[in-house]
Amino acid sequence: MAGKAEGINANTTYIDKRAIREVVTPEGVALRLQLADRGERAVAVILDLVFIFLSIIALVIGIVLFVGGFGGGSVFLPLVILISFAFRSFYFMFFELRWHGQTPGKRILGIRVVSRSGGSLQADAIIVRNLMRELELFLPMTLLLGGGGYGDEAWASLLSILWACVFLFLPFFNKDRLRAGDIVAGTWVIATPKSALLPDVADDRRDGIGGRDVQLAAQYRFTRKQLGAYGIYELQTLEHVLRQKGPDSRNVRAVVAERIGKKIGWEGPEYKTEPEAFLQGFYTALRQHLETKMLFGVKRRSKHDKEKGGR
Amino acid sequence: MEAGLKSYKFRKDREATWVELDALVAQAEKKGVKSLSAEEMMRLPNLYRATLSSLSVARSISLDLNVVRYLESLCARAYFFIYGARSTLRDAISEFFLVSFPGAVWNARWHMMLSLGLLILGILVGYLLVGQNADWYYSFIPQELAGGRSPTSTTEALRGVIYDSEETAAETLSAFASFLFSHNSMVAMLSFALGFALGIPTILLMFYNGLTIGALTSLYASRGLGWDLWGWLLIHGVTELLAIALCGGAGIILASSLVVPGQYSRLEMLARNGKRAGQIVIGAVAMLFFAALLEGFARQLINDISVRYTIAFLSGAFWLSYFIGLGRKAKYGRQS
Repeated sequence: MAGKAEGINANTTYIDKRAIREVVTPEGVALRLQLADRGERAVAVILDLVFIFLSIIALVIGIVLFVGGFGGGSVFLPLVILISFAFRSFYFMFFELRWHGQTPGKRILGIRVVSRSGGSLQADAIIVRNLMRELELFLPMTLLLGGGGYGDEAWASLLSILWACVFLFLPFFNKDRLRAGDIVAGTWVIATPKSALLPDVADDRRDGIGGRDVQLAAQYRFTRKQLGAYGIYELQTLEHVLRQKGPDSRNVRAVVAERIGKKIGWEGPEYKTEPEAFLQGFYTALRQHLETKMLFGVKRRSKHDKEKGGR
Repeated sequence: MEAGLKSYKFRKDREATWVELDALVAQAEKKGVKSLSAEEMMRLPNLYRATLSSLSVARSISLDLNVVRYLESLCARAYFFIYGARSTLRDAISEFFLVSFPGAVWNARWHMMLSLGLLILGILVGYLLVGQNADWYYSFIPQELAGGRSPTSTTEALRGVIYDSEETAAETLSAFASFLFSHNSMVAMLSFALGFALGIPTILLMFYNGLTIGALTSLYASRGLGWDLWGWLLIHGVTELLAIALCGGAGIILASSLVVPGQYSRLEMLARNGKRAGQIVIGAVAMLFFAALLEGFARQLINDISVRYTIAFLSGAFWLSYFIGLGRKAKYGRQS
């Protein structure tokens, strides 16, 4: 019984409902996006800072080798200053412009910047959200590094660090996880969606264990009353159960088949020896039943929904 | 059995389009949009629209969770490329300097005036205070910026700072210029970003910048070097102070959209105005770059006061005509 519960829950928990936001594309279709995790964003920023630091060092070493030591130059110091400035101030802008809202750190973490309004991500939005880093990121960093002192001075620096940290931790205080730059630029950061198109569960040419079962499944016929026992939620849970792979998945399916058999009062051909074929048949029949109802505008979300009309 | 499933047939009919789009998007994600051929670039929007319509259909007829989720994420991935940030760097830069930047400054001219006014007020107050009591000088000008200039310095030493050209070895100059540039730019960006803290730090920063200049002027004026100092300051200062005032003005834009958002919500107003303000800051950073060149090179190499004033005047005239001329022409239609 415990195995069955796990199999069913896995389907529903892997999307965090609170982090789902809808963005309407200019074509008028709502896309559901998942906000990036705050921890992931923090790691991405730290990675980027490390990259900035490393590339400045690499460039400086390159210049030293190229110009030929410190003796080579009147250009050395100004170059170093300019390079550090350019990297520090324009690294994020450069990559977010080139890589459609991603920096190397964001790419590694699989997150990206998107416009909140659903339109295209404009260059000015990218510029502004990264200018604000001056306040959110570099000011607290400078204060922390330059802090200290005694007496009044220590209090003053402590207060200014606290004050600067208000901006640093802003993403923790709003549900959209916006930092100051996101607020001003009208953007938010989302998890880059990943997608895999799996074979249709109802396909009888599906390879793997399912294929044979689909053909066997044809022998099971269900009445409308039996199909009426469940709704969309149960159908999609069943889809998940049928797609499950792994050593335990057969047992899970046997348990689920038995449960369904009991619930709908199954009296047709024996199903306990071929639980997978039975589930396959039930899935296809239930999906057809519910999809037909949906065409007529009746959407039954789960078995707890009252079945309205449509008989 | 499955022959009767409409959603199954729907998937069979459209699947090829999805898979093709998936492959293109995957390539663009991995190797960049530029790796797509011209023909593939032409196909991309069509495939995207077809898939988007598949998603709408799938949502209303299909209960296959995997298909709906797949289409949702595929559409989102394609959407980032269709509506992602794009425009070649060159187009973006020329449009920025010819239209967006002067336009944004002109549109926010009252904020800019306010910021510039604060700076000038600071100069006046600093001048008057130090004129009355030289001790004020020490509280306005931090030790490390004073560079040995203080009320106790001799007139000759003060004069030396302005006209000295003995140490004009190229290395100190260029290092000085690049240091000035990065330092000033960071201060300018910060004064913009501080607008988010209701603008009070921005206002103080503007005023304080004015104070230091006023204090310095007062010191030099007391030795009869007032005109010389202004020549020394303004050769680059017209550009630099203007740029700093622009950043302060941009910070005030942020602050005013927070404090008096008008008919919009604060969040909406910030998003509307923030982008324009950010353009001003980027433009100001470019101005600071020129200012640093003038400061690092021209100022140290040109010791003739009339030439210094001529350059100051010309740069002032240039910026005024740039912002007024181009700025008035630029219609800011895109945002509103």
